[in-house]
Amino acid sequence: MARFGMVIDTKKCVGCMDCVVACKTENNVPEGFNRDWITTDVKGTFPTVKMQIRTERCNHCDNPPCVDCCPCGASHVHDLGGVVLVHHDKCSGCKACIAACPYDARFIHPDGYADKCTFCIHRVEQGMDPACVSVCPTHCMYFGDLDDPNSSVSKLLNSRKYRALISEAGTKPQIYYLD
Amino acid sequence: MNKTVSRRKFLKISGATIGLLAASGTVGSLVKKTNAFTEKKKGGVNGIQKIPTFCDLCFWKCGAIAYIKDGELWKLEGNPEDPLSNGRLCPRGTGGVGAMYDPDRLKAPLIRKSERGKEQWVEVTWDEAFTYIADKMNKIKADYGPEAMAYFVHGIGGNFIKHLMKAYGTPNITAPSFAQCRGPRDIGFRLTFGEDVGSPERTDIKNSKCLVLIGSHLGENMHNTQVQEFAEMNDNGGSIIVVDPRFSVAAGKAKYYLPIKPGTDIALLLAWMKVIVDENLYDKEYVDKYGFGFEQFKAEISQYTPEWAYAETGIEPELIRASAREMAKYRPATLIHSGRHTTWYGDDTQRSRAIALLNALMGSWGRKGGYFYPAMMSVPGYPYPPYPKPEKGKVDNPGNTIYPFATEGHDTITNGVREATITGKPYPIKGWFTYGTNLMYAMPNQDETIKAIQNLDLLVVTDVLPSELAGWADVVLPESVYLERYDDLNVELFREPFTALRQPVLDSPNEQKPNWWIAKKLADKLGLGHFFPWNDIEEYLSKRLTAAGLSLDELKKKGIIRGEKKPVYFEEGVPAEFNTPSKKIEFYSLQLAEKGHDPVPKYTKHQEPPSGSFRLIFGRSPVHTFSKTQNNRILADMSDENELWINHNAAMRLGIKSGDYVRLKNQDGVVSNKVKVKATERIRHDCVYMTHGFGHNSKMLKQAFLKGASDSQMITKYKIDPLMGGTGMNINFVTIEV
Repeated sequence: MARFGMVIDTKKCVGCMDCVVACKTENNVPEGFNRDWITTDVKGTFPTVKMQIRTERCNHCDNPPCVDCCPCGASHVHDLGGVVLVHHDKCSGCKACIAACPYDARFIHPDGYADKCTFCIHRVEQGMDPACVSVCPTHCMYFGDLDDPNSSVSKLLNSRKYRALISEAGTKPQIYYLD
Repeated sequence: MNKTVSRRKFLKISGATIGLLAASGTVGSLVKKTNAFTEKKKGGVNGIQKIPTFCDLCFWKCGAIAYIKDGELWKLEGNPEDPLSNGRLCPRGTGGVGAMYDPDRLKAPLIRKSERGKEQWVEVTWDEAFTYIADKMNKIKADYGPEAMAYFVHGIGGNFIKHLMKAYGTPNITAPSFAQCRGPRDIGFRLTFGEDVGSPERTDIKNSKCLVLIGSHLGENMHNTQVQEFAEMNDNGGSIIVVDPRFSVAAGKAKYYLPIKPGTDIALLLAWMKVIVDENLYDKEYVDKYGFGFEQFKAEISQYTPEWAYAETGIEPELIRASAREMAKYRPATLIHSGRHTTWYGDDTQRSRAIALLNALMGSWGRKGGYFYPAMMSVPGYPYPPYPKPEKGKVDNPGNTIYPFATEGHDTITNGVREATITGKPYPIKGWFTYGTNLMYAMPNQDETIKAIQNLDLLVVTDVLPSELAGWADVVLPESVYLERYDDLNVELFREPFTALRQPVLDSPNEQKPNWWIAKKLADKLGLGHFFPWNDIEEYLSKRLTAAGLSLDELKKKGIIRGEKKPVYFEEGVPAEFNTPSKKIEFYSLQLAEKGHDPVPKYTKHQEPPSGSFRLIFGRSPVHTFSKTQNNRILADMSDENELWINHNAAMRLGIKSGDYVRLKNQDGVVSNKVKVKATERIRHDCVYMTHGFGHNSKMLKQAFLKGASDSQMITKYKIDPLMGGTGMNINFVTIEV
């Protein structure tokens, strides 16, 4: 069984938002909404400043509270790669998942259902990377099977220091950030 | 922790958005589904078509592939065959979909019906528009001569109208990309190496082991190939040195960050060079072999100690020394970036020359990891009849006497043309034709631009959107966006030669027409039809391509044809030839001395902001180009207003915080539109910063109207570079009106 995840090299990311734009066109995300976003952490006092820029999205958690809390069975874990998805037609738009998500990764689509990153499963099933990964001009994003020790993501996690976001929430996020 | 989370904002507004959507009875993507343009589809082809073309969201001209799904533009991706994009567009290029589906696009030719600037129009047919323009242009020619027409242009799309203007007989063809942007850099490098760095720049970033950025903010400034190579050299463990009053994205990646006081870069450059020369860290063999006037240069710079520079720049002497030694460690693969937007303080050519000289000390010009020698495919121009020779020389810089190094026949100074339009000297300019440039944003001092426009008998604006300049036009010509038209071939000078094709991927939705059609039809009206001997653009392109041994059909399929790789470094066999008077790299410039200018750059102190004021500096957003993308709904979703960066402590003293809205007031009393405060540790206390291109006041730009503040409006003061006529614009001081 594959377990899909992402590794993001913050050393390379410049925060240009190309990932956000590519997601928007690939997935026809409506105006006023985005499925991924950029966070900039700044520490220190000028001119001794440390900065980390990251691209963020749904963490496709191994222990996804959005799935557990869904009263309609709309939020679910996909058969392929453990990707967390939403059945649009089953979703009532109750927003329980939005409240449960520690990453603020979901929103209600104007058509009335909860929406978020799908890891571009429609592309992945065709052997392509998610749109955000394949557009990135800095090549800072890697997508692959965390269960495969030979995948680029596994190799990076074996060789570099990394962390996941808000791991203390216990949701077992599957996006890893290299320092 | 300073968090920028654009998604949170979207969640907050989502309720309101849904309400609005429900009321209008539409759901889903506003950009696509609710757009009237999409009703007109190209032949209604079902399924997905992939059509290669090249991008026009900026001037980099990346190869792109348009995906058409059921007759609608779905998305744009980079063309993997293209050496500029390497298959990855930048955020603007990816967001090109929003340019095509912008509901505020110009739809039909317009003729002004009330006073200039009121944005009141009547829609006319193309024939009526051409008749109006031709009558005016013929009258201008009869009364003042053809030289009284000036053409302001930006981008490859302007080529056919440029050809028309030359056929009409004017020498006054000008672009803000020279005197408001890269001109000082080009001249500084030409004075030193005999050549400039071109566009796309010949910077070998991916092979550099040490990259020095002086005010260049790669990553925020999304010149695609450069950003890709910047990430690559960083990933390879390259050393990065950043000099900037603002802690830029690039500064966050740097080994050395030098928080320089604005306006003092030349002092730093001179001190760096002194350290490198004094400590014998320069490439002696290279300098001995290729350099001219090194001893005079060495004597001249010997006075500039790091301790002296500290007092000017605020940068610790040890940091100056350490960063100088760092550069020397990696030479010749040390690239001191030439920058691109270099019109800052009016002594910019000399600053660029100092950058060129520092590169010369590193031996990086012509070397791997420095500046390569670009190659180009040989694609002959179309065999046109010869142009008429203008009786009068160019109006901006008569006989090259005012600005001696703005090369005659090569560069024309926009502000020189504007000045002549105001004064009528050395001769009157009575007509402006513009293409793809919003002069209200591109040039400093908007009042002078308006004053010049009021002296005109004709102002024609060709654009895709109703820009501020269009608001002042007599005739507005609506152009097809790049995805709907052919343009001239992109035969680029780059690391490897290639030829690229821009071709239409969909039809224009209304009466918009491509520039080649506009030029040809207007030529017919002006009796200049014989200068356009081809029937349509495909015939023109085929003729050029056939002469080069290429085929239009192949290019239509591939988008790009790559040429054979050629040597690009001295070490690969490129002859080390320098087109300077001495035929060497000029450390000491006799031609500068002859014209009464400093043969070796000197430092001049610039005025500092008075107490309570800040210097206004500006830069780029990665999701916007100039003032032309703020109305793009997709890109506006990334950034729909600019922010005023102000040092956290300075903000506290003023009692303002992030998220507050303030206005700026400059030294001439001009007050800006309101702008959101970003109080941050990422900027010095003596300057404020904003991204360029916001604060639009064209009412027809419904998305961008009055969002953020316009730096262009605040730049009333500018200092002209005496060498080449560029306008230094970072000399405006503002107070903050709470």
